[in-house]
Amino acid sequence: MSIFINHGTRLVVQGITGRDGSFHTKQMMEYGTRVVAGVTPGKGGQKFEGKVPVFNTVADAVAGAGANTSVIYVPPAGAAGAVMEAADAGIKLIVCITEGVPVMEMTRVMPYVAEHGARLIGPNCPGLISPGQSKVGIIPGNICSPGRVGLVSRSGTLTYEVVNHLTKRGIGQSSCVGIGGDPIIGTNFIDCLSAFESDPDTDAVVMIGEIGGTDEQNAAQFVKDRMSKPVVGFIAGQTAPKGRRMGHAGAIISGSSGTAEEKMAAFADAGIAVMKRPIDVVELIKKAR
Amino acid sequence: MNLHEYQARELLKAAGVPMFDGGVASSPDEAEAIARKLGGTTVIKAQVHSGGRGKAGGVKLAKSAEEAREHAAAILGMTIKGLVVSKVLVVPAAEIATEAYVGLIMDRASQGPVFMVSSAGGVDIEEVAAKSPEKITRLAVDPVYGLLPHQAMGLAFSLYKDYAQVKTAARIMQQLYRVFTANGCSLAEINPLVSTPTGEVLALDAKVSIDDNELERRPDLAALRDDSAEAPSEVAAREAGLTFIKLDGNVGCVVNGAGLAMATMDLVKYYGGEPANFLDIGGSSNPDKVVNALRIITSDPAVKAILFNIFGGITRTDDVANGIRTALEKFPVNVPIVVRLTGTNEAEAVKILQGIGMTALSDMDEAVEKVVGIVKEAA
Repeated sequence: MSIFINHGTRLVVQGITGRDGSFHTKQMMEYGTRVVAGVTPGKGGQKFEGKVPVFNTVADAVAGAGANTSVIYVPPAGAAGAVMEAADAGIKLIVCITEGVPVMEMTRVMPYVAEHGARLIGPNCPGLISPGQSKVGIIPGNICSPGRVGLVSRSGTLTYEVVNHLTKRGIGQSSCVGIGGDPIIGTNFIDCLSAFESDPDTDAVVMIGEIGGTDEQNAAQFVKDRMSKPVVGFIAGQTAPKGRRMGHAGAIISGSSGTAEEKMAAFADAGIAVMKRPIDVVELIKKAR
Repeated sequence: MNLHEYQARELLKAAGVPMFDGGVASSPDEAEAIARKLGGTTVIKAQVHSGGRGKAGGVKLAKSAEEAREHAAAILGMTIKGLVVSKVLVVPAAEIATEAYVGLIMDRASQGPVFMVSSAGGVDIEEVAAKSPEKITRLAVDPVYGLLPHQAMGLAFSLYKDYAQVKTAARIMQQLYRVFTANGCSLAEINPLVSTPTGEVLALDAKVSIDDNELERRPDLAALRDDSAEAPSEVAAREAGLTFIKLDGNVGCVVNGAGLAMATMDLVKYYGGEPANFLDIGGSSNPDKVVNALRIITSDPAVKAILFNIFGGITRTDDVANGIRTALEKFPVNVPIVVRLTGTNEAEAVKILQGIGMTALSDMDEAVEKVVGIVKEAA
């Protein structure tokens, strides 16, 4: 199995005709993801790559193509609206890749998504992949391999670095989820850890955090209290200065809170094996299993 | 993006928050004129994005307009924590009975705005939060409904006993909340909110930070950015579409992705080096970004070697290699460059680099060890 996406995922791509949307849709189709529909208002009736029907609205894509999962590549100004449209259309898993969504808009998106019983991943995230089954987002499929290690991360390319180490050493993954680098995100570490804990095909979990906020500390507490599977962790930003936004909107040490030291200490306290370098994931996962 | 105090005051004033009149001056003449108009004793305050202005001599009391002029002349042009003061705020010196703190932050955990108010105002609120958290009242506002009247009153009652003052403070809470939501703030605070001996309640100092993600759709807010308040290299990087933060070390870093960029800096430190910067060239495949990145990094004389760490996904590694080649054609790079790249179009990238006599490594640890070794040898 896997978490959140699998062979049954029927994907609608919001913003399918845009530059990023079309590029990544092709990649997802090549990987084997069942892309059943696209949405671009005003382009309903067209076909993407000659086979994927394009609709004007997500509701039409659900009715006309049976989409159950959405991925969003629309520009920041329209991204919050796109998430709410997907939730309103009955989509239960919404993945928002877009970077630069105003945080104030996210404060209104979150309760709306919750009311509609949907799960949002992102925004500002690379999406997720269940190797060999489905990929939703932009994680390169060729660096992943099917297996039994779950991975959850706030980062994009750092995730690729870690996954690549695992794959090269023959350690496959059940699912890899990029939850995003913004201060307000739909799915957090605990949501993913909890899903991996219940997934019969995941044996161990890699958690990749970074400076800013308290999500990692809360996740560490969850691991301590509720998880039976071993967890290996990494925190990026040990050399980051205080008060500066390190690329990700959420990667900022506010005052003296949210430092790498604090998070690594919380990991260690929860029995999470802490990686000093990305490559350490291999030895620590081998030891943990 | 942090606003200057005078800009924050203007936002609050436009929302109706009561405060003393004042003015911004860029010259001693202007400061004198404002002080004369205000009459009485005034305070001259340096406008820089830095705490500890008072300790640095950037805040002075002036008993006359002439004295205001003298202080402004001393403060303008002064450097506080590396930032040059180009404007001063001139406000009347208030007679103060009490000082309170009223702040509103975007809270990650509750996923919405949270008020923090305390009758212990005028001081560093983080210190209060650390030493005596019981002195701070916190209230999470439901972003769907906004700040409800009874909530505003509750916060105001935690600060004042006199009902007239409570009503004024409650109105100020509502006004601050409106400023916060209407401008996409990540922080809006009044510190201190004062009461005067005659019972008036008004805002003395204000601080506002805007979520950077708002700036694209809000040119009015983007126009408030003061480039002189930032390191020139960071301004140049932003204009080139790069995220760059200057650090104190000597290993220049060019990386794609924020998380990997931080991990690269950490690994430089792990192998005994010191990173000179954080730099994320982003996910796009634009060789120009690489050229600009190299230009910015090589303009820092402290940089002794440069490390590229590229994990190709959306970023095509051959585009990065082309960027390096173009940069080396355009301007001299007098420090060694170590390149690690792997992923999309790696073979093409290696070929491009070989064409200009460079080699590429595919392993991150190997590359970092190598660049740190080079810097140590040069020292």
